[in-house]
This record gives sequence, C-alpha cells and structure tokens, in this order.
Amino acid sequence: MSKDLSPPPSTVPPAGWAASYEEEPSQASTPPSPYGAQGGMTSLKPFGWAKDNLFNTKLNTVLTLACLAILWFAVPPVVSWVLLDATWLGTSEECRAGAGACWSIIVVKHRLIFFGTYPYDEQWRPFLACALFVAMLGVSGVRAFWRPGLAVAWALVLVGMGVLMWGGVLGLTHVPNDKWGGLPITLMLSVFSITLAFPLSILLALGRQSSLPAIRTICVGFIELMRGVPLVSVLFMASVMFPLFLPEGVTIDKLLRALAGLTLFTAAYLAEAVRGGLQAIPKGQYEAADALGLGYWQKTWLIILPQALRIVIPPIVNQFISCFKDTSLVTIVGLYDLLTAATVATTDPEWRPFFAEVYVFAGLLFWIFCFSMSRYSQWLERMANRYNRR
Amino acid sequence: MTAATSANAIIELRKVGKWYNSYHALRDVSLTIGKGEKVVVCGPSGSGKSTMIRCINRLEAHQTGHIIVNGTELTDDVKSVEKVRKQVGMVFQNFNLFPHLSVLQNLTLAPIWVRGMAKSEIEDIAMMYLRRVRIPDQAHKFPGQLSGGQQQRVAIARALCMRPEIMLFDEPTSALDPEMVKEVLDVMIELANEGMTMVCVTHEMGFARSVADSIIFMAEGSIIESGSPAEFFENPKSERTRQFLGQILEH
Repeated sequence: MSKDLSPPPSTVPPAGWAASYEEEPSQASTPPSPYGAQGGMTSLKPFGWAKDNLFNTKLNTVLTLACLAILWFAVPPVVSWVLLDATWLGTSEECRAGAGACWSIIVVKHRLIFFGTYPYDEQWRPFLACALFVAMLGVSGVRAFWRPGLAVAWALVLVGMGVLMWGGVLGLTHVPNDKWGGLPITLMLSVFSITLAFPLSILLALGRQSSLPAIRTICVGFIELMRGVPLVSVLFMASVMFPLFLPEGVTIDKLLRALAGLTLFTAAYLAEAVRGGLQAIPKGQYEAADALGLGYWQKTWLIILPQALRIVIPPIVNQFISCFKDTSLVTIVGLYDLLTAATVATTDPEWRPFFAEVYVFAGLLFWIFCFSMSRYSQWLERMANRYNRR
Repeated sequence: MTAATSANAIIELRKVGKWYNSYHALRDVSLTIGKGEKVVVCGPSGSGKSTMIRCINRLEAHQTGHIIVNGTELTDDVKSVEKVRKQVGMVFQNFNLFPHLSVLQNLTLAPIWVRGMAKSEIEDIAMMYLRRVRIPDQAHKFPGQLSGGQQQRVAIARALCMRPEIMLFDEPTSALDPEMVKEVLDVMIELANEGMTMVCVTHEMGFARSVADSIIFMAEGSIIESGSPAEFFENPKSERTRQFLGQILEH
C-alpha cells in the first residue's frame, strides 16, 4: 500500500525503532503507531495494518519475524505446562506420571501455605481475620468512607482480629503468636509497618530540613544508617541484639521486634521520597504561608505536606510495594510469613518434586496484592491531582 | 525621610543593614511611613527594593538597625514576628496562591487558623472581598483555572481577609500579561482610596504618579532619593534618578 512511500530505515532510524518497539508486546491489538504508517492511510484490516506497521521496513520485518519465532517456541510449552498437561486434583503419583504442572500440591497444601503452623482445626480464625482485614483495607481506599467513622471501624476490626488470632477469650482457645504463620503474618507485618513508617518518614523528612542542627543530624544519621544496612541485618539486630539492651526479665515479642525493624527500615526509605516532595514545593508557598502568619506546623500541615505528598505518590507506593515484598525476609528471624510457609509446604517428601508450582502460586499471591496497590495508586494520583486540571 | 512625623508612623526603619554573605544588600536604610500613607518604591534590579519590603514582615531578617511596625520591633523573637505578620498583608510577584485549595479556601485558611475565626463568618467576609476584586463567581475554582490577573486579585483579597493595617506589594504586576495589569492596578487604586497604608515596589509609573504620597528611589542598597510624585518626576535631584527615569520613561 504505502510501502514505496516509507523512507528507508537509514534516513529515519527513530521511526523504525519506535514502530518495532511498539509492536512487540501484543500483536494486532496494539493501535497503529503514528510512526508506522507514514505517508499512507492506515488500513483497518489486519493484513494491511500488519503490512504498514510490522513489515514496512527491512529492519521491522526481521524484528517481527524474530518476535514471532520467540513466541512460537515459548508460548506453547508454557501453556501446555500450566494448563493443558497440568494435574489439578490428582495424587502425587498421578502428578509424577503427568508431564505438566502439578497444581494438586496447592490443593493439598493450601491450608499450610495460607496459615502456616496455626492449629489446623482453628484455621477458620486466621481466615476470618484476613478476610476482615482485606475487606477493611478495601473499604479504606474508597473516598466516600473517608470520615471519622472509619477510624472507629478500624479500631473494632483490629480488636476483632486480635481476639480471633490470639483467642483466650469468648471460648476461643489461646494460640500464642509463635504459632501464627502464612498470609496473616505477611499482611499484618506489611500493613502495620507501612502504616507506622509513613508518619515516621514524614517526621524524618521534615527533621532533615530542620534549621535546628541537632534534629537535622539525628534524622540524617538515622536515614543514612538504615539505608546503608541491608534489611536482613536490620531484622537480625532487631531480633537478636535489641533484647540484649533491655533490662533483665523484659522481653518484647518476636513479631513486634520484626515489625519494628521493618518499620524503621521502610521509614528511612520513605523519608527520602517525602523529602523529594518537600523540595519540589516552590519557595513562594512557604513565603505566602509565612506572610499570612501561619506557624510552622500549620504551614507544614495545611500548605506544604498536602502538595508535597501528592507529588510523591508514585515513589511512596513504590516503597509500599517494596515493603510488602520485603516482609518475606522475616523468615531469617524465624517468622512464618507466606513465602516461608510455602517453602515448608515443599519439604513434604511425597510432594517434593513440585516446589516450582508452590513458588509460582506464592508469587501469584504476592503479585495480586502488589498489583492492587499499583492500580490503587494510579487512581489516587488522578484523584489527588485533579486541581491541576484546567 | 518622608513628610510623616514619627508620631503617626506605622512603619519605621532606622539605619537597617543586611548582607547576603559578603553581598551588602541594604545599606543604612532609614524610612518612616505614616498611617494611611502610600509609598511606591522603585529602582533598578538588584537595588534592594524587594529585600527592603520583605524585611518589613521579616521574610528576610535584617542584621543591623531597627524595624518597628505598628509599635512592635522586629527581632529574633518569634512572637514579635507573629504579631507583625498578623497586621501586614503581602502580595507577591508570582501570586503564590495555594494551588491545592479553592479560591475561597485560599482566602479563609489564615483567618480560621491564625485568627481563630468561625468558618461561616469568614466565608461571608471572603465573599465580600471577592466581590470587591470582582471575581465572586470564581470562588470555588482552583487557582490554576484562573488567569494571572484573576489570581493576583485573589491574592490581594486573601491578604485583605486578615484585615491588615498595612499592605506590602512586591512587584504585583510584573508577572502579568500587559492586558491584565490594569485590572490589578484598579483594585490597588481602590484600596489606596480607602486609606490603606501601602508600600508598593513597582515599575508602574502611572500608578505611582496618581496614587503615591511619596516615591522612594533605591540603588545599590541605599535610598537615593524620596519625595512627592511631582517633585520626583518633574525635578529629580540626583543624577542616578534622572538616568533611571530616562530609561523607564523613554517609551
């Protein structure tokens, strides 16, 4: 159609590159690239479109064929392993006989993966606690519920979760928290550490900009220390070394110590993201607030933070996601998070060959939570920046 | 330096000096402004006029000399600064409205938080000021949706909502497109006619001529000359002033 009108790749390499880049992820569903259809009408027919966009230059033709070859070799084996040849409800013997994935292990071991070593007959309790927790998180994301009642609801849900998890009241048997494991640990550690780290990070970021040298030094020192040390060491220190400094007889729960380590670590990173936002606020905003007679905290709370935090929603959520995944490191201090519980599920000799399936499943669970956060942050960003619209 | 006697002086600068590191920004600036007086400050860029006006509400701190505003001397004491800022409104070159708040919220924020006024009460007052600057219909828009001239009028209304005794204007029309300068100057002229004490850094000589009680010419951190508009424009005393007027009035 327009083949003769398209310039050769040597004269306009960017167009050729851009077009070949855009066609890669998905084939015909991608809208026609503005670069691809130079000089001619873009045909709506798949064949014409492909000719205009995928085979319009020699380079694009080669790239298109290469991509098709990769797909040809990669997709069928994956599909047959995941779906066609997979064993869904069979025994481990049937799995060994089959060629595909053994999803039976998930079916058999899902209670262990989700709830770890929590007493088997009581596992409805962590299930209910998690369901409440996730529902509450969902509700908290909806703007219509952002009112004082939400705080009350959270208080009730947290108490309810505590009762469910610990028991010891209302006829529930007591389950000490070293028996907890799986999804509740991952969810609670990540959500609580994020919730505690966020306000702390704001204070750290403000402190880092303080005009008082002592406060500035403490904040900079803390942030640089935490950022300079791997999370694993922070968790070790929180778990092993911290109790050494406590007076005789005083013990702090292992879960709480891991939570503290995770919180401090996340706060240091978040503080730097928040500082980026603070620095993006024009000097004139500070001056206008000063000139109106607002005090430091009024200025910070009413003028600076609302603008600064909107700017840094993407890096903040980035850090939230990172923190969520980092909770899997608490395994090194002996806590049973989701990933650790999944690992334990693979140690059963009967099912040992099928560890890949378990990790794929655990990965999927992590992905669902992280992807939800990512989507939510996009909505939040649009909502928070609506004042920028003209 | 001006006609005002220090008996009704509302702003008094005595031998004020300021340095930015080694740069001497203000050199022994002395100035007395009486209640209700309108003073226009002009001069070439870098002459210290903005620095001086910003010292009056301590956006900049002076290092030597004294600044007394409505009986309160500005010192390192936070209380003195707070007290002065409550009485002094300021309008900036770049408006500096709060972009995340609606126009009405921009106006009511400081009265609510600094003066402790009730929301309903200050909203009525804010609407009154928005009518006076002729944009009541924009009350619920965000600043980003307004033109530059409208934004600057909101900024003036915002300052007025704090019921200041003194208004400082730091080049209020310099960032505006030419066709919007007049709408802002008109509001300022009305304000002047109502008896507000005003200190205005501007290059709008027409405004200076018609509104100012006195004009101050600064260069290199010092006040070179001050006097009534008639004296200043018809019979400037210093060579430096004549040169400056020649440059800005030749078009």
